[in-house]
Amino acid sequence: MSALPSGSSRVYVEGVGLWSPQLADFAALRSLLAGATPTPTVRPAAATLPPNERRRAPESVLLAVEVAGQAVAMSGRDAASLACVFASSHGDQPITDYMCATLAQTPAELSPIRFHNSVHNAPVGYWTIATGCHAPSTAVAAQRASFGAGLLEAVSQVLAEQRAVLLVCSDTAGSGPLGEVTGCRQPFGCALVLTAERSSATLARLDLQLTPAHPDSALDEPLVGWRDGNPSAGGLPLLALLARTGGRCQLTAAATLGLQIDMDHI
Amino acid sequence: MPIPMTPLAVTAYTATSAIGSGLAAHFDALRHARSGLRPNDLSSVPLACWIGRVDGVEDATLPAALATWDCRNNRLAWLGLNQDGFLDRVRSARGRYGAARVALLLGTSTASIGATEQAYRRLDADGGFADDMLRPMIHTPHSLAAFVAAALALEGPCLTISTACSSSAKVFANAERMIRLGLVDAAVVGGVDTLCDSVLFGFNALELVSSAPCRPFDAARDGISIGEAAGFALLERAAMVPDAPQLLGYGEASDAHHMSTPHPEGLGAELALNDALARAGLDATQVDYINLHGTASQKNDEVEAALVSRAFPSRTRASSTKGFTGHTLGAAGIVEATIALLAIEHGLIPGNLGGDTPDPICGAQFAWHSEQQRVDVALSNSFGFGGNNACLAFARAGFAA
Repeated sequence: MSALPSGSSRVYVEGVGLWSPQLADFAALRSLLAGATPTPTVRPAAATLPPNERRRAPESVLLAVEVAGQAVAMSGRDAASLACVFASSHGDQPITDYMCATLAQTPAELSPIRFHNSVHNAPVGYWTIATGCHAPSTAVAAQRASFGAGLLEAVSQVLAEQRAVLLVCSDTAGSGPLGEVTGCRQPFGCALVLTAERSSATLARLDLQLTPAHPDSALDEPLVGWRDGNPSAGGLPLLALLARTGGRCQLTAAATLGLQIDMDHI
Repeated sequence: MPIPMTPLAVTAYTATSAIGSGLAAHFDALRHARSGLRPNDLSSVPLACWIGRVDGVEDATLPAALATWDCRNNRLAWLGLNQDGFLDRVRSARGRYGAARVALLLGTSTASIGATEQAYRRLDADGGFADDMLRPMIHTPHSLAAFVAAALALEGPCLTISTACSSSAKVFANAERMIRLGLVDAAVVGGVDTLCDSVLFGFNALELVSSAPCRPFDAARDGISIGEAAGFALLERAAMVPDAPQLLGYGEASDAHHMSTPHPEGLGAELALNDALARAGLDATQVDYINLHGTASQKNDEVEAALVSRAFPSRTRASSTKGFTGHTLGAAGIVEATIALLAIEHGLIPGNLGGDTPDPICGAQFAWHSEQQRVDVALSNSFGFGGNNACLAFARAGFAA
């Protein structure tokens, strides 16, 4: 990337969002890493959505909107000003399961609402509608590299357009026969607000560099094994750095490409 | 305002759709107003509608080394990659720049969900996928890009963009940013979507499918015809290849209005258009041709026709080509980008096939029949569910805005 002479690119983090059944937010990750046992949560609140949308929205939308809302609130920015990059390895698996099961039995009875909620950009669509955001928005996937590839896309938008970008990476648990194949066993979502310039809201600085493929940084206790149950948890090495004191991590950005990230708190 | 961009060279491009495999077949069908739509003969149970089915997908066998990726979507991708010498052009770029310096950015709406549907139609006695369908990599949205990365032996950034029907337009924007930042030196962009029950019965459930061949911008239009397609382009820095057509600009914007209907005033579409023009350094009066999204849905065409009327002079020519190909969903962006490039290369304005009784909302810009004229600048509109809008601007080699 071009921003620094060393061949690395620098962006800043202004907000972090996180949700899983064990961790209600980024503060809960900090407390977990400090040795505490955070209170489990049942369902992402997704308070950014209007109440009627919140009742009807599928879990994939609630999860993405919850972590997005957390990160944007932490940044103090107006959500409508942020370009959006929403990544997910599998999209809405319960809807895919429902659709494939229905199509196999009674295709003419397919639900129109579930069909339009099945598009990969449903979460970012609901988010832009709820926040009145007319900025560019995208929905991406890269299998188990979805967090790293989504981060690379978000960083390229931050640097090329010199604008703040909201990155979300989330996957719900799988269900039905498809769930057996994806092996996605529990929900996990995370979000970052990334900017090109340091500001009073800046939490951390990231220097990123593309590298040849390289194993992802190991996760230590109590996070060991989290990635196995959800590809979006691939972002955990970076989230753990953000929650601790900083340092370096290595993430997968594509099957054949790595992303080395040096993080310093500001 | 967006940051103006340095044009990129489109050094190779190709499309495969219901009107044929490769550029020559597309040019011929467009010139002779020959539609590729046919009565639906694909869904697992009958559904009365017309479809844009690609001939020969079933026979497009993957090479043995890639057999594990086999499914209809990847067969169509492989068929598409084998047209117009595209594989050779990529091989040469890979040799020039190195496999890690070429990005692969592909759009798709449903990827190979047709294979997942198939697995559900014949589950094992224990309710799981049959052994031959236990291939996790084809039951996920990234199946197309992962397959093409393997087929092209590319090792750079590899991303699936899935924003419904704007997917494979937005890939041009991803590529431009990565090349501008020096992350890569070239990018293979494109998209593939195949016909399957999900989209046929899904759009049917939304009452958006016509029982007749689609009639974009016709007063009596009553819905879309769904199609399938594959298309690809190779982007490099223009300074390296001055005689290639150029990507001049792109725009992306969100409606923030509704999941499955466009903003009534076309707000996001207009923002994307203005962004594309500004990034390209163009004025609307310089646009010779616009390939419209023109799905033949009641609402899309109404909103888009109004946008054309207020944004462009009457000399700008405009048409939808969905009457030829059907709405190829996540592949529509790349197929129609290819048609915009053909318009520049051959001076062909494709006629708006299916618009026999033009809706009075359409202005003088509409080309109801094909026309021959020089095209220096061509735009392509792509709009998707979720209010996701993209607009691309292309120009002939050497054009300077």
